[in-house]
Amino acid sequence: MERSGGFRIEAQEKGCRIALFGDFDFLALQKFEKRSNALGLDERTVIDCKNVDRLDTIAALFLVELQHKHSLTLANTEKIERTLELARKYPIKELPSKDEGGFIAKIGKEASKKFCFVVAFLNFIGELFVKKVSVFFKPKYFRYKEILFEINQSAIKALGIVALTSFLVGVVIAYQSAVQLKLYGANIFIVDMLGISILRELAPMITAIVIAGRSGSAYTAEIGAMKITEELDAMRTMGFDPFYYLVIPRIVALVVTLPILIFVADISGVLGGMLISNTQLNISFGLFIDRFNEVIALKHFLIGIFKGPFFAFLIATIAIYRGFMVKDDTQSIGKNTTKSVVESIFAVIVCDALFSVIFTNLGV
Amino acid sequence: MDVIRVENVKTVFGKKVVHDGLFLSVKEREIYGLLGPSGCGKTTLMREMVMLEPIHSGSIYVLGENVAKISEKKAQKLRESWGVLFQFGALFSSLNIAENIARPLVEYTTLSKKTIEEVVAFKLQLVGLKPSDAYLYPSQISGGMKKKAGLARALAMDPKLLFLDEPTSGLDPISAREFDRLILQLRELLGLTIVMVSHDIRSIKDTMDRFAIIDNKKIAYEGDYAGIANAKSDFIDTFFKEENEQ
Repeated sequence: MERSGGFRIEAQEKGCRIALFGDFDFLALQKFEKRSNALGLDERTVIDCKNVDRLDTIAALFLVELQHKHSLTLANTEKIERTLELARKYPIKELPSKDEGGFIAKIGKEASKKFCFVVAFLNFIGELFVKKVSVFFKPKYFRYKEILFEINQSAIKALGIVALTSFLVGVVIAYQSAVQLKLYGANIFIVDMLGISILRELAPMITAIVIAGRSGSAYTAEIGAMKITEELDAMRTMGFDPFYYLVIPRIVALVVTLPILIFVADISGVLGGMLISNTQLNISFGLFIDRFNEVIALKHFLIGIFKGPFFAFLIATIAIYRGFMVKDDTQSIGKNTTKSVVESIFAVIVCDALFSVIFTNLGV
Repeated sequence: MDVIRVENVKTVFGKKVVHDGLFLSVKEREIYGLLGPSGCGKTTLMREMVMLEPIHSGSIYVLGENVAKISEKKAQKLRESWGVLFQFGALFSSLNIAENIARPLVEYTTLSKKTIEEVVAFKLQLVGLKPSDAYLYPSQISGGMKKKAGLARALAMDPKLLFLDEPTSGLDPISAREFDRLILQLRELLGLTIVMVSHDIRSIKDTMDRFAIIDNKKIAYEGDYAGIANAKSDFIDTFFKEENEQ
């Protein structure tokens, strides 16, 4: 059994003498390193390693460095000497200093990175457009099976969460407005309020946000992981264009299904509002629906549905593009997934704001 | 004293039996090989030794501890006393090479930053990397470099026990032979015990003291290179006999 390592300081008239013993590894070195700074080591110091059973390379490196710095004497056995030899073998003792460049260089690097990002995104949109057009002339590239699979994955399985979220938002809006409307005795106007706000703005928006968080992030992570495992490269070498196999099916799937999801969100949102109107404002379901028929024009519903494909296109494009941006390390999947969700929600909101302005100016 | 002792180990994945009663032992300061055809469970056995994979039945003793029934405290101590090199390096992708190698030292010791840097520079050169590579990230380097950096990380604390999973696969022949020399030298100077999975016949011949061949769920052979002629197994026949005829 090896003794655990240690050291003993034996002061002598000329300089000091330090005896090391046992299994002198990094654990023993930790204590020795702290002490050695306080000791006045000089060329008269002797470090005696004769009782060392085993010297690890970490300790050996330290001793060699001490010898070099203070030109002290190391008393060794042959075996220890060979370990020290190994520690002396490589001439470079320090890591080169990091060259990070100055402040200006950093700004330049960051700016060029951002510029490259914009160019790459335009590139992606361009390629997507070209491939999309060509798909209409070559219907065999239209992958029905993949599209149906994606519709199931990213839309049908999301029905529940979309309906529930929208229902709860309907409940919340109705609850908050009920208090205010009651004050004016304008109970029945809750129908107008809920109808227009949910059909026109809230349902499309909530659906888009839920889908961006749920399906968009999945797109990024899936494609990112495929990139890391070189699946995308394998597809390319076999002549399967990832645009036809992965990109277009996902975009088509979302564009087709988001309006349907919005329709479901409309129903459950209004249902939530109706329930609260009934309990809080004593508006019966029959009255609610009669009033709904009277005051809510069809255009509000159609505008809400109309936004769907646009939102879907933004979410799917950004998510897939972010997937392709994943680099060859695991962290970048997480980073790009986060960015994909944040960017697609932001894009959806910007798009919605644009629609608001346009529709208002058009008078619809 | 046996550094590792495998007793009657059985491994089952779902319905598939991978190992059915393995026995082997690794002695101190030995370079021990785990060989066998693809899918025979060499890497699985190694993963069981380092507590990454549960054992269905039987027991594995590493440095005197039964890894199947070990307390968390003892397991942690065990983990600090071995180094593991994975087949593809398994470097932490958020850290650069220098940080990868320094990580165990920073975590487990109170050595000064300067000493740790010296150790990192030394270990980089020891495994055949240049100190100027220190600030590259794993995504920026080749597979061979990843492997060398992974070895440098496994060696960071000068462990007494080293597990290597196909250390020379993916290396060019010159690096592979240098690697063989390196582990022989480390074994001699530091008293290492090395367990490795390998398919590299040169490295088996040159470095291994003894090895076990796992074939058809059992140990088909355990011993040194000289004794292989008397062993019978399809894998041994094709793998070793052809080499000997050359």
